[in-house]
Amino acid sequence: MHKTTERKVPVIEFQNYSFQYRSQAEPTLYDIDLNIYAGEKVLIAGASGSGKSTLIQAINGLIPHFFSGTVTGSLKVMGKPVNELGIHEISRMVGTVLQDPDGQFIGLTVAEDIAFQMENEAVPLAEMKERVLQAARTVEMEAYLDASPHDLSGGQKQRVTMAGVLTHSPDILLFDEPLASLDPRTGKQAVELIDRIARETGKTIVIVEHRLEDVLHRPVDRIILLHEGRIVADMPPDELLSSNLLSTYGIREPLYISALKHAGVHVTPEMRPASLDSIPLHAIQKPLNTWFQMQEPPSQNRTGPALLELEEVSFGYEADQPVVKDVSFTIHRGEMVSLVGKNGAGKSTLTRLICGYIRPQQGTMHLKGQSMQDLSIKERAYTVGYVSQHPNQMISKPMIMEEVGLGLKWRGIPEKEIEERVHEALRVCGLYPYRNWPVSALSFGQKKRVTIASVLVMEPELLILDEPTAGQDYRHYTELMSFLERLNRERGLTMLMITHDMHLMLEYTDRALVMSDGRLIADAHPSDILSDQTIVEAAHLKETSLYTLAQKVQLPDPRGFVHRFIEVERRERNADVVVSARIHAH
Amino acid sequence: MSSFLLAYMPIDSPIHRLNAVTKLIFFVVWSLVAMITFDTRILAVMLTIGCVIFAISRVPFRNVAIPVYLILIFLFLNNVAIFLFSPQEGVEIYGSRTEWLHLVGRYTLTWEQMFYQMNVTLKYLTVLPMALLFLVTTHPSEFASSLARIGVNYRIGYALAIALRYIPDIQRDYRHIAFAQQTRGLDLSRKEKLGTRIKNAISIVWPLILSSLDRIEKISAAMELRGFGSQKKRTFYNSRPLATGDYIALALLAVLTFVALYVTFHDGSRFYNPF
Repeated sequence: MHKTTERKVPVIEFQNYSFQYRSQAEPTLYDIDLNIYAGEKVLIAGASGSGKSTLIQAINGLIPHFFSGTVTGSLKVMGKPVNELGIHEISRMVGTVLQDPDGQFIGLTVAEDIAFQMENEAVPLAEMKERVLQAARTVEMEAYLDASPHDLSGGQKQRVTMAGVLTHSPDILLFDEPLASLDPRTGKQAVELIDRIARETGKTIVIVEHRLEDVLHRPVDRIILLHEGRIVADMPPDELLSSNLLSTYGIREPLYISALKHAGVHVTPEMRPASLDSIPLHAIQKPLNTWFQMQEPPSQNRTGPALLELEEVSFGYEADQPVVKDVSFTIHRGEMVSLVGKNGAGKSTLTRLICGYIRPQQGTMHLKGQSMQDLSIKERAYTVGYVSQHPNQMISKPMIMEEVGLGLKWRGIPEKEIEERVHEALRVCGLYPYRNWPVSALSFGQKKRVTIASVLVMEPELLILDEPTAGQDYRHYTELMSFLERLNRERGLTMLMITHDMHLMLEYTDRALVMSDGRLIADAHPSDILSDQTIVEAAHLKETSLYTLAQKVQLPDPRGFVHRFIEVERRERNADVVVSARIHAH
Repeated sequence: MSSFLLAYMPIDSPIHRLNAVTKLIFFVVWSLVAMITFDTRILAVMLTIGCVIFAISRVPFRNVAIPVYLILIFLFLNNVAIFLFSPQEGVEIYGSRTEWLHLVGRYTLTWEQMFYQMNVTLKYLTVLPMALLFLVTTHPSEFASSLARIGVNYRIGYALAIALRYIPDIQRDYRHIAFAQQTRGLDLSRKEKLGTRIKNAISIVWPLILSSLDRIEKISAAMELRGFGSQKKRTFYNSRPLATGDYIALALLAVLTFVALYVTFHDGSRFYNPF
């Protein structure tokens, strides 16, 4: 926008706006006063249940037209009151890219999905084809016009959805948790693409996301922080990152900011902390160096005897197309190991091999020193427990007690014993107070715990968790991970976690297995892996900003810096747990 | 699996290249003619033409084998049922009674009844190749547009297309659920008793229903946001104009229909009577 013509024109105006879903006892949004101006790029952050998705649904008209409830106050989009417009009129001004790229891919091919909105508005065929091609070019998907959704990755599907929204050239683009189901590298590319569209078209962009550090990979004008339905902060990123508001409201601050704070740096807006690149070197170099020298190198980790051993294991669904190739590794008792790699790298297939759902075509597997060749799925389940990514895919009983005891019932354990063991598992998982509740009354995080309880009750020695923290905000993530860490420490439960989450791998596991194209390409400490450019590239990971920071200030041993930072965080976390346990005891 | 579901198979043949609208009209008119006529000669000719068209399409028989066998079993049962419930139908229609074999009580096999039942079977067999061809040679995304072209409300056609789009996703959900439940000790093998196995299957079906309902809500919100149903009419990205081949096919259909109906009705009865 040219300076002389610059006048702030609000395109979204919330005035004293509140909303309560019909099925809820309390409003989800309270007294929202918010203006978003033409051409702005705004990030809306907040923990689960803070109302950030509801805010998006209010802007695109799903509220009140699709989800009914009580609205008070007013909301105008492009100067027109939303409640007087139909959802279709709004959709011409506001394009929404929803959270799950799988669920909203409607067409049978890429081209049809991009064309969907034009089809619905009866745009003539010739014009439609032209606009589809144009939109596909913008998101670099023009080579895939005839591809079906099943041949695309999550990131590609998301691009197609963006193209579909762009065909109508709406003035406002909304992104609802665009990073939620993407691997770190694809997420980074998505942030870059959104930024390019913003710059090239000058559209107003609203992004809802709790992964702050990832979104800030490209600049945003303002961050609006929501907490329990209210706006608690509305300021430029530099200001917000210099405050303590993020940790107060359960949003994770960028790791490099935490590192600076550990080193005693006073972070101020003048340092422009929103991006690592803009922070002036002189302000941070000395404190970081001093801090680094002060920390002791981390101690070596204890490991027990071998629990699971894989030797040269290969498997393919079709001949000559191995999905898992010559994979060898040993997991020791008491370890917490992460298994990472991009989608299709062979992680799920490996899990299925370990659980006995499929059999290796080559190689051997041993469990507690015993060959697994003749063990059925059911027999392996005595030692290996598997927790699915989606709790809804495991839960098949309406009541919590019944659900948790289901595996024992299938095993033919007597009722009396089932009840005792279920109570014990529920206590361990902090679900005992809810034992007589229906599963449907629980939150997503609690359901996740139910599925963990229903596996723990089988008393496995190795727990395999598929994306344990997917779809959870920082607070729930921390709760769940500290819980798993406690299980590991106090009960010696060994864990293998499949994950895309860099933080999880870095902060909670001592070892990471990296797969790429069916092969195991690395088996090392997570901080070493996230500092190795080749592996980071191959596995679609992202270099940790801690490492970038250490390089920037030219520390002698950047990997060592990452190690030490993680150690310090762990010690503090454990101290917190002890303190809070003491408080609870009193 | 795919042969069981009668999925679309991309093959380059004159039949595959026809417009979906042509194929739909052909299939509908063809089935109507086969339903109306009881003339054995017409049905025999149509069945022959149907088989020739199937051969032109170059669809391998094994791709449709399972449904064909299922239909043959159904036809056999249907014939048994017709004989049990009205063993004298043929005698009434053709007005004569030529006994062949007395079975028991009122059940006597007559040549008229056998001729009548042969005609019923022929009718089904005549429709069969066209139905199969329409399903396996029409690209799923052209289904909805072809239905809309012949006047069916596009919402109905689109419901079909959406089902096709999400079947693979639901199959994938099913596999994930089955895996998760089996690692908890669920036994789906034949070792269990039938009753237990049915109960166990519910442990997979219930989560599947819940996850599908979730999916439906997401899809309908996404469709709503993108203007589905906002207009009376809608265009289709995949619709194509009719080509020469389509006009030839439709012309042939018209001639065939005219001849078939003329031969069937010129003597005042839709039954061909050799007796």
